[in-house]
Amino acid sequence: MTTPSERLIEVQGLRHEIAGRCVMDVPAFSAGRGEHTLLIGPSGSGKTTLINVITGLITPTSGEVRIDDQPMSSLPPARRDELRRRTIGVVFQTLRLISALTVRQNLSLAQTLALGHAEPAVIDDLIGRVGLAHRADAMPRELSHGEGQRAAIARALCARPAIVVADEPTSALDDANAFAMADLLLSTAEATGATLLIATHDNRLRDRFPRTLALSAPQVTA
Amino acid sequence: MTLAGLSLAYLKDRALNTALNILLLTLSVATLVILVLFSSQLSDRFARDAQGIDLVVGAKGSPLQLILSSIYQVDVPTGNIPLETVDMLRADPTVAQVIPLALGDSFRSYRIIGTEAAYVDHYAGRLAEGRMFNAPYEAVIGAQVARGTGAGLGQRFEGSHGLSGDGHVHEATPFEVVGILAPTGTVLDRLIVTPVSSVWAAHGFGTRPHEDHEAHDAAPGDPEHEAAHAAEPDLEVTALLVKYRSPLAAVRLPSFINRQTQLQAAAPAVEMTRLLSLLGVGTDAVRAFAVLLMITSGLSIFVALYSALRQREGDMAMLRVMGARPPAIFGHIVLEGVLLAAAGALLGVIVAHGVVAFAAATFPQLQDMGLSALRFEPAETVIVAAAIAMGGLAALVPALKVFRVDIAQTLADTR
Repeated sequence: MTTPSERLIEVQGLRHEIAGRCVMDVPAFSAGRGEHTLLIGPSGSGKTTLINVITGLITPTSGEVRIDDQPMSSLPPARRDELRRRTIGVVFQTLRLISALTVRQNLSLAQTLALGHAEPAVIDDLIGRVGLAHRADAMPRELSHGEGQRAAIARALCARPAIVVADEPTSALDDANAFAMADLLLSTAEATGATLLIATHDNRLRDRFPRTLALSAPQVTA
Repeated sequence: MTLAGLSLAYLKDRALNTALNILLLTLSVATLVILVLFSSQLSDRFARDAQGIDLVVGAKGSPLQLILSSIYQVDVPTGNIPLETVDMLRADPTVAQVIPLALGDSFRSYRIIGTEAAYVDHYAGRLAEGRMFNAPYEAVIGAQVARGTGAGLGQRFEGSHGLSGDGHVHEATPFEVVGILAPTGTVLDRLIVTPVSSVWAAHGFGTRPHEDHEAHDAAPGDPEHEAAHAAEPDLEVTALLVKYRSPLAAVRLPSFINRQTQLQAAAPAVEMTRLLSLLGVGTDAVRAFAVLLMITSGLSIFVALYSALRQREGDMAMLRVMGARPPAIFGHIVLEGVLLAAAGALLGVIVAHGVVAFAAATFPQLQDMGLSALRFEPAETVIVAAAIAMGGLAALVPALKVFRVDIAQTLADTR
């Protein structure tokens, strides 16, 4: 078990309803520093909703989420944005790279927004680490899907967030690419000291992540 | 990479759209600036040429024509008036100065104007070379005449009848350049100034030297001149420029002169106001068109940003996920509109000055009017500021959406 001070993510009695219908129910979950967790469950089980609550993009109907010991859900909007900015990087299935910027500029913008300045050395190191050194000045539309995913991972990690949340990062990939993606996420997270929380309905990833939170039965199994 | 840098990157990313919007704004700003440059510089020039002249006295006819011909030297005179009018007005205690003008000849389309040294003094003319005329057929030429004809001191030339330069040449009545004036920025620059007696002599009256008489008489076959010779009417001048000594003159003198059968008096201020208000109808129409064009380009920027931002809703949600605050994103979008507008406005000013430079180089008349591409008017700043404000305003509505956006919903909708 992790001690409270080491708990990066802590969820208590979390429940979210839309138009009176429960779309997410997570009685309890926590993850400490370095405890990469797979958030698994079928479509509609509330994975994306949980990620939105953890990142502070939506306020749950009831319950509490603490991020790095701060009550994300009950903070005012500006403080929520601030907490997300400082502690969380996000990787979406649809990448969401800024189309008008090169790979390097995408990372630079993410760093500037999170840290207030860009660190070119860190950016170059990360771009090299994800194998995009030769594509650093390419526009997103010039990248293959695999290259885009690697760029998106690098962007999520470039401001050295404590938590990296990934929403269905492998669902569109074949086995080999799905494992490569998971390995890349794990290795870059280890390198930057980030803790991963990966939402997926992809059971292939279970082998890589010993900790899972199954949303149909929301309990942490070790 | 900052959000300001991102604004620029988005503009570059849709280069064609950006270029078209800039072009549209450039056209409207250029039109407005050209109007400003033309109207302010020309009215300045009008004012400068007419400064200090309270009244013009000439033959009956159109008062505007009288002003244009005798002050601005652009129209044909209304006719001639008796020389005695000069003495009559000089005797009037409310009149400070009377400068006689005798027009009718030209040299290479530069007007030869018979007058007194006081005319040169009136426009603060300063001799760059040579001396002032003091005998018939001696001429002092304006700076532009010297440049245009290449004439230097001692150069002899023959005036031709008429003001257009294609009339009958007064052969054997050569003028001599005795002085060249420094530029004054007034009508004086494009005139050839000579004593009134030269003009009389050239037309066969009065003080022409005897040998010229013989030479002229020896050349037969000029019925116009011979007829004029036969009649030998009293000496005449074309117009008088009058300066008042007291404001009382303005009340009494014009009506007194206009009662004389042969004379008319016209006030430059009144006639130029009338002319400018007539021209004003035209410039108002062009100005309205340019303003319309500017509103159109404002709308175009609005449409461009609105549709671009619809496509970028996912990007905006991502910016929020990455921690950008709504006011910062709002500023980034407004900046995009402002950058577009600023580029269009500045290009518009450059194009306008380029067009004026081109026009002045192509049409010497405009240069004569004192049109300069290098002069900047305060109104240009107002136009540029208005264009930039409009760009910001056009971006406002799309930008305000950032405060209402539901990030989670947008992320779900724009997968």
